Amino acid sequence: MDTDISLQHIWAGYPKTPVLEDINLSVKSQDFIGLIGPNGGGKTTLLKVLLGLITPQQGRVEILGRPVAQGRKYIGYVPQLLELDRNFPIQVKDVVNMGRLGKRKLFHRYNQKDREIVRRSLDQVGMSDLEDRPIGDLSGGERQRVYIARALASEPKILLLDEPTANVDSRIRNSIYELLQKLNKYMTIVMISHDIGAISSYVKTVGCLNRRLYYHNDKQITPRMIEQTYQCPVDLIAHSIPHRIFPEHNDEVAAIAHGYSGECNHD
Amino acid sequence: MIEALQFEFMRNAVTAGILVSIACGIIGTFVVVNRIVFISGGIAHAAYGGIGLGYYFQFNPVWGAIVFALISALGMGWVEQNTKQRNDTLIGVMWAIGMAVGVILIDITEGYKAGLESYLFGSILAVPRGDLMMMFIFDLCIGILITLLYKELLAISFDPVYATTRNLPVEALYLLLVGLIALTVVMVMQIVGLIMVIALLTIPAAIAGQWQQEIKQMMLLASILGIIFTLIGLWLSYAFDLTSGATIILVSGCAYLLSLTLKMFGDRQPA
Repeated sequence: MDTDISLQHIWAGYPKTPVLEDINLSVKSQDFIGLIGPNGGGKTTLLKVLLGLITPQQGRVEILGRPVAQGRKYIGYVPQLLELDRNFPIQVKDVVNMGRLGKRKLFHRYNQKDREIVRRSLDQVGMSDLEDRPIGDLSGGERQRVYIARALASEPKILLLDEPTANVDSRIRNSIYELLQKLNKYMTIVMISHDIGAISSYVKTVGCLNRRLYYHNDKQITPRMIEQTYQCPVDLIAHSIPHRIFPEHNDEVAAIAHGYSGECNHD
Repeated sequence: MIEALQFEFMRNAVTAGILVSIACGIIGTFVVVNRIVFISGGIAHAAYGGIGLGYYFQFNPVWGAIVFALISALGMGWVEQNTKQRNDTLIGVMWAIGMAVGVILIDITEGYKAGLESYLFGSILAVPRGDLMMMFIFDLCIGILITLLYKELLAISFDPVYATTRNLPVEALYLLLVGLIALTVVMVMQIVGLIMVIALLTIPAAIAGQWQQEIKQMMLLASILGIIFTLIGLWLSYAFDLTSGATIILVSGCAYLLSLTLKMFGDRQPA
């Protein structure tokens, strides 16, 4: 299978305190990868490296075999809800129009084709009826769908989502994951999340990130990955996880659905 | 009001008010949604340094103001884009230094010089016809430029990070925007003074932002509100013999408080 994203020996952050240490990752085409990890573990930094917003100190990033600045136009980026001003005076369709920015040159207006693609993208996320609404009037889940539609409007090969289910309730969370599963039929998805329990029932592979990346091109989260990532033993809290993600033999270290408890010795 | 219009200076003042309000409505909308009112204030005060320079070296102070406004705008814009912390401090420093340079240069200039006050409050009642023509052309240029770059300016205002990932020249566009703000500040300052520039840039756009949910409509409403405030202010200042600039600002300020109260009251009602 083709490799969509390739990270080789990436170091990023500050020279004396790297946030990312020697990250190696290759994301295959049509993968649905969930990246989990504690706050401050470098999830946001990794995302910025993938979008070319920061240049790593060392290492190589390639997106579809191209350097980031060219490759990123194939990435549909869906930011965290909190990063955007919900009081900004703008309508849903104008937000989604921005997905077409890279396709039209400066001084040119959006054309008929752009409008059709925007309409289709809104359709895909089930938001066509609300296209004339100001975004300030939408719920968190609806706004999240609008940003997914904006990403789709750029006709991406890869969808990159930053905590798409933070600040939405569980019913909406599941509907967003189901939407992503549908989209995964024809595009690669990289999702950053803190929501290990839910992530594992929808994604194809899981990586744990805490400065270093633990990734085995596999869906299973091993106790060792958790231990390395969170640097502490974790109690099992088995909430509504549709199917097991932890191997049968987990005896001392185990799983988390909503975070972790127990004694941690962070250094 | 009608009898006042028989005077040419009054007709010019009304025309000036309309032209200035249009520029401020359009540019002020971007100032308000980008939350860069402070930068605009900094530009307006730093421009005074250029005016001092013009007096001291005996060239037209307007050119000095344009150069100082543009340099400080680009400097502040760059600081805003490239520093994460304390950029308000740096902008505040540029604001103060620009003003002080102007005051000192005017101090040491020999002979006749216009006082600080004429630049602070302007004189909308003494606008020469030539300035009106300039302002009309300036409005036209702003209108054309904003129309051509509308989708880009909207994108960098709403979500600059996303715009960067689409390979838009975000920083260049942002500097273009603050450059436009600088030119607007100088053009409008000549006519109505420094303090009224800030009032006309922010108040009508802020009120429009409370009621409109789209940038284009916000610009339209802000321009209309600006015109209404200037006309009411001019009429009041004529009727009660008050300083015109300050009266216009007070009318705008009262309207803002009224709008804010109405908005808060309206939001409390069950939907």
